[in-house]
Amino acid sequence: MIKLTVNGAERSFDGDPDMPLLWYLRDEVGLTGTKFGCGQALCGACTIHVGGTAVRGCVTPVSAAEGQAVVTIEGLSPDGNHPVQVAWRDLNVSQCGYCQCGQMMQAASLLTDTPKPTDAQIDEAMSGNLCRCGTYPRIRAAIHQAAGQPSGAGQPSGAGQKPAANKGERL
Amino acid sequence: MIHEAQTMADRATAPTDLAPAETVSGPSALANVSRRAMLGGMGALVLALSWREPAQAEDKKDEPKKYGADAMPHGWQDDPKVFIAIAPDGTVTVTCHRSEMGQGVRTSIALVVADELEADWAKVKVAQAWGDETRFGNQDTDGSRSLRHFFPHLRHAGAAARAMLVQAAAKQWGVPAGEVKAENSVVTHAKSKRTVSYGEIAAAAADLPVPARESVVLKKQDAFRYIGKGKIGLIDNHDFTVGTAMYGIDTRLDGMLYGLIARPPVYGGKVVSFDDSEAKKVAGVVKIFKIDAPEIPSEFQPIGGVAVIAKNTWAAMKAREALKITWDDGPNASYDSVAFRGELEKAARAPGKVVRDQGDVAGAMAKAKTKLEAEYFVPHLVQAPMEPPAATVRIKDGFCEAWANTQAPQATHDRLAKKLNLPADKVKVHVTLLGGGFGRKSKPDYVLEAALCSQAVDGAPVKLIWTREDDLHHGYYHTISVERLEAGLDDKGMPIAWLHRSAAPTIGSIFAPDPKHELPFELGMGLTNTPFAVPNIRLENPAADAHVRIGWFRSVSNIPHAFAIQSFVSELAHAAGRDPKEYLLALIGPDRVIDPTSISDVWNYGEDPARYPIETARLRKVIEAAAKGIGWGRKMEKGTGLGIAGHYSFVTHTAVAAEVAVGPKGEVQVKRVDIAVDCGPQVNPERIRSQMEGAVVMGMGLALSAEITFKDGRAQQNNFDGYEITRIDAAPKEIHVHLLPNPDYSRPLGGVGEPGVPPVAPAIANAIFAATGRRIRQLPIRDQLSA
Repeated sequence: MIKLTVNGAERSFDGDPDMPLLWYLRDEVGLTGTKFGCGQALCGACTIHVGGTAVRGCVTPVSAAEGQAVVTIEGLSPDGNHPVQVAWRDLNVSQCGYCQCGQMMQAASLLTDTPKPTDAQIDEAMSGNLCRCGTYPRIRAAIHQAAGQPSGAGQPSGAGQKPAANKGERL
Repeated sequence: MIHEAQTMADRATAPTDLAPAETVSGPSALANVSRRAMLGGMGALVLALSWREPAQAEDKKDEPKKYGADAMPHGWQDDPKVFIAIAPDGTVTVTCHRSEMGQGVRTSIALVVADELEADWAKVKVAQAWGDETRFGNQDTDGSRSLRHFFPHLRHAGAAARAMLVQAAAKQWGVPAGEVKAENSVVTHAKSKRTVSYGEIAAAAADLPVPARESVVLKKQDAFRYIGKGKIGLIDNHDFTVGTAMYGIDTRLDGMLYGLIARPPVYGGKVVSFDDSEAKKVAGVVKIFKIDAPEIPSEFQPIGGVAVIAKNTWAAMKAREALKITWDDGPNASYDSVAFRGELEKAARAPGKVVRDQGDVAGAMAKAKTKLEAEYFVPHLVQAPMEPPAATVRIKDGFCEAWANTQAPQATHDRLAKKLNLPADKVKVHVTLLGGGFGRKSKPDYVLEAALCSQAVDGAPVKLIWTREDDLHHGYYHTISVERLEAGLDDKGMPIAWLHRSAAPTIGSIFAPDPKHELPFELGMGLTNTPFAVPNIRLENPAADAHVRIGWFRSVSNIPHAFAIQSFVSELAHAAGRDPKEYLLALIGPDRVIDPTSISDVWNYGEDPARYPIETARLRKVIEAAAKGIGWGRKMEKGTGLGIAGHYSFVTHTAVAAEVAVGPKGEVQVKRVDIAVDCGPQVNPERIRSQMEGAVVMGMGLALSAEITFKDGRAQQNNFDGYEITRIDAAPKEIHVHLLPNPDYSRPLGGVGEPGVPPVAPAIANAIFAATGRRIRQLPIRDQLSA
């Protein structure tokens, strides 16, 4: 029996201890914000926090989380307003949105370790997170915004236009 | 006008059944003019026939040729009762009938309807339509045509609903409708200072007949609130950022099982025998069964294999790995894409089927002062959307429900009904969000696989997913191509003769046995319709066989055509000692309006050539805008260079200027890209910018690193380590999007999703030449510059 917490709630699991956290969270707990993209720690779509560190859920067995606190995108903040979530909405980073939960979990971890990252530090920390839609320029800009920094020259021409009527939030 | 439409946010809070369930039971749709299936052009017609039931082709011989949305299967609808619901609390729910895969269509469709409706954006929600083209009009989300085809009809729906709200209020107040105004979700009679909210008057409005189409007055464009403003955020932003956005892979139903399939590693192969004794020992395995291989070409049918159904994904993965399967590799067992490139080169060096012949190329070549020739190669690619194909199917009491990340809801519906031998009204396809599509999800093979899995467990719900390995090994691949160009030049270095042979397996090969030539829609993607002012032009298409499933990949045949042509132009400029941008503009020639059919493009993206001619001034202007943006002509440091390319695709004009640095070991860094686009009037400029930014990144990936190769019939790349797409550290630090103003909204719209990609690779290759003097003629570039 493996005991862990997921987004603050205590849980126990008596299934296959080798089951990756990705599938445990998605199939057993029902939290589908953590995404499958490669199964080999090559794309970062499944990025979650275990014991405060960003890990790839697709290659981390449930057993490795014994006694640990697991946080997913659903638990990143109580109200969905972690600075990266706010910045992602403000800059309309998402296209299809699929990889963005993993991107935000990785970005949140980066900002914990490096509150004011440079472009180079962002690139290094985020290079394991693939986006097939190509939202990278806005990801960089959003991380700078979440860090409370002005964006560098890398800010894409369309980002930064704040929606007037509504930020598209669907509470 | 009130119907029950469940939004994504509602779904996310549903306690047990998290699958999308957007049941709509509103007043029935007004019958629209009957629109039959027909795509323009012979090749497209072949596709249309293959996609849909053959009967659709029979009864239209005497009809005038149709274009645009009129020509699509099931045409269009504009009934406000189909697309708009207003709840008593004022919530306006717009139904989006096109699949959302990152282009922002749910936001853009909602803002078009909301603008004409005069709805307060804060009160607007969006619901996703299920697959039902009779009700919603065409739903094939491909070809960069959602807004291009539906903008006027969605405006009409919004305006008609606004008129109904006005009439209902006027009737209630006993005043002339002409004195009543609808504005920002409130109806007002100024004279008597009376107001009523949309929510309060909606029920009365819903009882009124839908006004006759010709009586509906659209807004004047200077009254637009949202259209063209670029100030509306993504309608799904909240769900995207808190993990509640529901994709095909996220469906959860009570009692749901999980399926995976081991498929023949070679296209056309089949299972000879299999041993599942070890696989059955995996805890949680429910069923293992064989799926028969189809006849090839297999169109959208499952390609056979051995299916594993289990109680969770992990158990299905372990069991699949434990299967021991003996395969018969079939007719493509020896396919080797490196050797096949040689076959294509051989084909491109001999005369082929003539697809455009203008003037006397042979004669002019003989007279030319100098000649230049070059061959360009683009490999197989795979779409690799971050969310792989995934579908959940349940068959209960003779009724099949599917939840799928599909770009083709109606084709999926029709294929399911046929596969399961069910009447059409016993099948429902719910469309989830798509975690990327890029053409892969236009093919419903994986939904049929999910249906076979559900059938095998007595109709229990089964979620069938593809792993990344499945996606790379069993794709509908972008074609593989050799483009050969020859030019005969005058004494100023300008071509007087132009010969281009395009050799590439056709997408038609998944539909019909043994087609060896590109279809008109493929030829019309930047080959036949290249508007160069050259007197003698001959375009040929030598025969080529297909050995894998060839399918649509974002921008399709424009990719190899643009890479070859725009690279060759730069080569010609260099040979002539001229500036590449000036040379490209000289080749395009004086501003003129060209009927595409006059240059052998009978397809024209399905659009009316009179309404959508080729306008070379627009191509010129995007090239000038991209060049100006990047500072064309500025002094460059050693090892850096600028390159440019312009291309017309999806009835949109696009140009890319790239700044590249090449390091001492030949490593390529794309430092800055300026992309200029004229896509006609801009409905949602914010999303046009994001599409162009993304197109630059995807175009970079196929230019620099992405490639699928085959050996012994098997794809050699397994995952994102072998199939390298662009990562953030390689993405340009600066992407500048230049939208050319086109402010008249009565003008036809161009496509947006695809036109950004084709000019990227040639612009980068041309910049590399400027930086190093080395010419790239094959993609991907990888380490070509290291030697």
